[in-house]
Amino acid sequence: MNSLSLPRSPSYDALIQAADERILILDGAMGTMIQTLNMTEEDFTANGHIHGPKCRHHSDHPQKGNNDLLVLTQPQAVEDLQLDFALAGADILETNTFSSTTIAQADYGLEDAVHDLNVAGAQVARRAADRATAQDGKPRWVAGAVGPTNRTASISPDVNDPGYRAVTFDDLRAAYGQQIDGLIAGGSDLILIETIFDTLNAKAAIFAALESFAKVGRQLPIMISGTITDASGRTLSGQTPTAFWHSVRHARPFTVGLNCALGADAMRPHLAELAGVADTRICAYPNAGLPNAFGQYDETPEQTAKLVEVFAREGLINVAGGCCGTTPDHIRAIAEHVAPYAPRQIKETADV
Amino acid sequence: MSKPLLRLSGLEPFVLTADIPFVNVGERTNVTGSAKFRKLITNRDYATALDVARDQVENGAQIIDVNMDEGLIDSKQAMIDFLNLIAAEPDIARVPIMIDSSKWEVIEAGLKCVQGKPVVNSISLKEGEEAFIHHASLCLAYGAAVVVMAFDEAGQADTLQRKIEICERAYRVLTEKVGFPPEDIIFDPNVFAVATGIEEHNNYGVDFIEATRWIRQNLPHAHVSGGVSNLSFSFRGNEPVREAMHAVFLYHAIQAGMDMGIVNAGQLAVYDQIDADLRDACEDVVLNRTPDATENLLEIAERYRGAGGGKTREKDMSWREWPIDKRLEHALVNGITEFIDADTEEARQQAERPLHVIEGPLMAGMNVVGDLFGAGKMFLPQVVKSARVMKQAVAVLLPYMEEEKRQNGGDGREAAGKVLMATVKGDVHDIGKNIVGVVLACNNYEIIDLGVMVPPQKILEEARKHNVDIIGLSGLITPSLDEMVHLATELEKEGFDVPLLIGGATTSKVHTAVKIAPQYQCNQAIYVTDASRAVGVVSALLSDTQRDEYVAGIRSEYTEVTERHERAELAKQRLPLAAARANAMQIDWTDYTVQAPKFTGQKVIKDWDLAEIARYIDWTPFFQTWELKGVYPRILEHEKYGEAARNLFADAQAMLQRIIGETWFKPRAVVGFWPANRTGDDIQLFADDARTQPLDVLHTLRQQTSKRKDSPNLALADFVAPEGTPDYVGGFVVTAGPEEDTIAKKFEDAGDDYSAIMVKALADRFAEAMAEMLHQRVRRDYWGYAKDEAFTPDELIKEPYRGIRPAPGYPAQPDHTEKVTLFKMLDAEANTGIALTESMAMWPGASVSGLYIGHPDAYYFGVAKVERDQVEDYAARKGMEVAEAERWLAPILNYRSRPVASQVAAE
Repeated sequence: MNSLSLPRSPSYDALIQAADERILILDGAMGTMIQTLNMTEEDFTANGHIHGPKCRHHSDHPQKGNNDLLVLTQPQAVEDLQLDFALAGADILETNTFSSTTIAQADYGLEDAVHDLNVAGAQVARRAADRATAQDGKPRWVAGAVGPTNRTASISPDVNDPGYRAVTFDDLRAAYGQQIDGLIAGGSDLILIETIFDTLNAKAAIFAALESFAKVGRQLPIMISGTITDASGRTLSGQTPTAFWHSVRHARPFTVGLNCALGADAMRPHLAELAGVADTRICAYPNAGLPNAFGQYDETPEQTAKLVEVFAREGLINVAGGCCGTTPDHIRAIAEHVAPYAPRQIKETADV
Repeated sequence: MSKPLLRLSGLEPFVLTADIPFVNVGERTNVTGSAKFRKLITNRDYATALDVARDQVENGAQIIDVNMDEGLIDSKQAMIDFLNLIAAEPDIARVPIMIDSSKWEVIEAGLKCVQGKPVVNSISLKEGEEAFIHHASLCLAYGAAVVVMAFDEAGQADTLQRKIEICERAYRVLTEKVGFPPEDIIFDPNVFAVATGIEEHNNYGVDFIEATRWIRQNLPHAHVSGGVSNLSFSFRGNEPVREAMHAVFLYHAIQAGMDMGIVNAGQLAVYDQIDADLRDACEDVVLNRTPDATENLLEIAERYRGAGGGKTREKDMSWREWPIDKRLEHALVNGITEFIDADTEEARQQAERPLHVIEGPLMAGMNVVGDLFGAGKMFLPQVVKSARVMKQAVAVLLPYMEEEKRQNGGDGREAAGKVLMATVKGDVHDIGKNIVGVVLACNNYEIIDLGVMVPPQKILEEARKHNVDIIGLSGLITPSLDEMVHLATELEKEGFDVPLLIGGATTSKVHTAVKIAPQYQCNQAIYVTDASRAVGVVSALLSDTQRDEYVAGIRSEYTEVTERHERAELAKQRLPLAAARANAMQIDWTDYTVQAPKFTGQKVIKDWDLAEIARYIDWTPFFQTWELKGVYPRILEHEKYGEAARNLFADAQAMLQRIIGETWFKPRAVVGFWPANRTGDDIQLFADDARTQPLDVLHTLRQQTSKRKDSPNLALADFVAPEGTPDYVGGFVVTAGPEEDTIAKKFEDAGDDYSAIMVKALADRFAEAMAEMLHQRVRRDYWGYAKDEAFTPDELIKEPYRGIRPAPGYPAQPDHTEKVTLFKMLDAEANTGIALTESMAMWPGASVSGLYIGHPDAYYFGVAKVERDQVEDYAARKGMEVAEAERWLAPILNYRSRPVASQVAAE
């Protein structure tokens, strides 16, 4: 397997060219947007008719909250949300597939639907992207979203047994491989490995992506985005931002960056550290602040955008967007605020 | 593009920058290199194995090598288990891992367990290009750097031409066909033995060095590593010469660009300080400068053989003729204390004031040490020796300085600040404190040293009286940690506002951050790693411009350390003793019967046949004694040191024949059996089969680790039947005899160190073989529960038989004092002449003791760390003071002993 010498996918070079010219905009949060639609169990299951292209999927579990399922049961609603983000200024649209792995879907009893979820997820985002391009003539890219799953490969869930692992590298590699195959089949332009709290999970995803690229004979740009969960300035699995970069650098990603967890303000020093060491583009998509006592995000579009603007002004970023709590209005404001600034130059790093 | 530097990571990043001349890879978590670690892994004592890893990191290893290649263990599973456990220990996991195995499947299993960027050690063209490309591509996809051995289909590269050819080819394949980043390639161009007497070997040193130079010049961004000790195998037994050869070799190899390696830094001579004759001779050999280089070195080597590192240098006394300044410098650089008192006194008489000796020649000498250290020509253990010499010199001067101060009514110089130093109450260790004192004094701080065992009130009084700027506390034993916490509390109460420095062997950043700093909010408690850091810390603390920022930095660091510690603690909880007991091993005794031994009480065994014992020798540990890593007999064919192993083995066999033929050793042994039953965690021995006359009690310790599902919390007592079921326990002590000492001494006197070490190593093997042989006789005859057992001596090495013979002081019963009971029951001293020293070591050294436990389910295990509740219980059972039990069990305490027994036992 030697996927990093494969030819690049058709949209790869156009993406790099666009990124050289300006700060690209990534869309906002699907999860918190879907919550605003107040969908019922019947909406989620389309009254029990969960159809893939070839077969019907069954599950005994309630599906309310299984946001990824909506690409099969409510594709139009998802497409419309993504179109809103695209028209607000997003260049890159994320597929609604954060939890579309056998590992994460096990909670909903829908492991068998994983391939269909990823293919459909990519197709829905592709349609939204194409509609937006038809309206305003700007190119759009679809990023196949690969989430962390709900298990950690380098931390034991059992405090009495630190050597135990609830999931192994090979489990993750198989699950991610299936997801990424589906995302590519559905027409994704990029693979976005995001919200990484355990770098070993991310390394399994990278390994799986390289395997999937080998299968289709071309490499897609990879975006890698970690999460700093608390004031320690480290990932949940304990790595500093620089150590995290060293661990994933072999993927030669299109971008590396941070998302979620902290608001833009708290994210800034960690992003600066990453920007100081990474010899690739930097991507940041923070939450709209920290959630309040009710789990809602209070930052207004203007507030978030002003904080993200600081990243751009300091020359830290090449791609900006939003995570939890960010709406199309937030994305519009972010796009406007960063537009005057040149993207970060990829330069030699500080260590001699 | 960023600069193509080797970038690795654990929880924290590591970048091999130009500032780092040489990366020393930690090798103690390697089963092929460390007998101790191998034993821990074989016994599945992972808790202690983690301590080994932690020590390496704390001692400054920038990368740790993990190798589980051992025939008797499941290497792949051991690699997975150990790496997973390391991941749960933030203080270990912060550094990158070198995943070391000769088996690809073990390497790949390891790659799947580390979140950081590791180094794979190693891959090569040995099995052809296809396999090489496959492995390299996978390393790339897993995100690892690689060590590439100079090995191809035709074998290992020995000549410069072959090394270049293979490395160039490997580099081309990696960079062109695999797309491997060149900065992630580390070549190992094979260090081979030189001066073997075989002419073809003479250029091996040059070949390595030149290959290194060529690689660094022609293969951009690639690195070079190697195992240095192979070089000097033909001088085995002559450590002074080996050290000199290594130092000379490394000096030239590092200059040629070798930037990584596995080296025992504690055993290296200082290049500049090697006797000129020896250095020249070594250089002639290593650099193959003259045709008779080997002959010359062999000749010179005889002068050093048997000398031992220190004595070597005494041989050449010409430096004694040098001027006084040069002599002081020489003594400092070489760590020689022998003449320092006289020399310092001489310097003092010549100087105007005693202080001028410190500020003049002594500081100049220390500056040379600093420069050599910076240039990679000295290593830390040597620098510590220098500090020791410095201390002794300052001690000579101190009375004069005191006197001068008294006469002047002041000290006559302006001190940069006053530092009070003390070893806390109950602790007598002061070397580290004194080194720090010396280093600080050399930097013009005034030191008020209160000495050792200083009660807290005295520290407070003196601190107030002298109006000190900083208080420094030192301690080596564990109870000192609590004293320090106590003192911090007192400082706070009394409203002190000066920084508190914490140092000493058992102290740590974590303990300081978690336990001491929170008690002292008026100012800041700061952990100081070593003497070299002390000056920086003190000067920052006393600087008006740096102080605030420095303290703020320490505060935020300690907050982070505390949080990390708390997370890690969650993962490390031990069970209360009651819970551990509830999870004891449940053997079903209902239908259990065991044969009664042929005799009870003791029996002295005299009919030892040296030739027969020799058949039971396990040779693998013998090679380990000589630092040859590998399993016998495969080691004789080892690719790197097979030849050395064969030579050593031949010498051993020759001496073995003499030992047997001339009856050098007079082995003796005593064995005993007693009716026995388990009572709680102990084993009650009886004089009679009716079990009415109790004898002594054997005490055992129970594991308190939280166990996965079905595994029990073991104590040795679990393997013995409770009251109602007749059972027996045996004991033994064997020795190869005290003769080894006399014989070794004779060899030493004759200047033959090699044979002296050999005879001791063989005596050890005889004692171990006797234990194995006696155990077999016990099973087949004396106890006789396995009359038909028919394992050959070779098969016995894997311990396939029923029953165990655990030894007091080893993992299954870590308490050495249990030997007292065993020796009493066996009347061992009278019967065998073996005595216990005050620290419970057996004399003569070639002795082995242990218990016999016969139940078929019995197996070896490690007790690992225990909690206070068990220690208190255990001490009560033994009729020992808790404090004394804690002292003997100190290495396995999972808590810091405290004056008040409050903690733990949270049932």
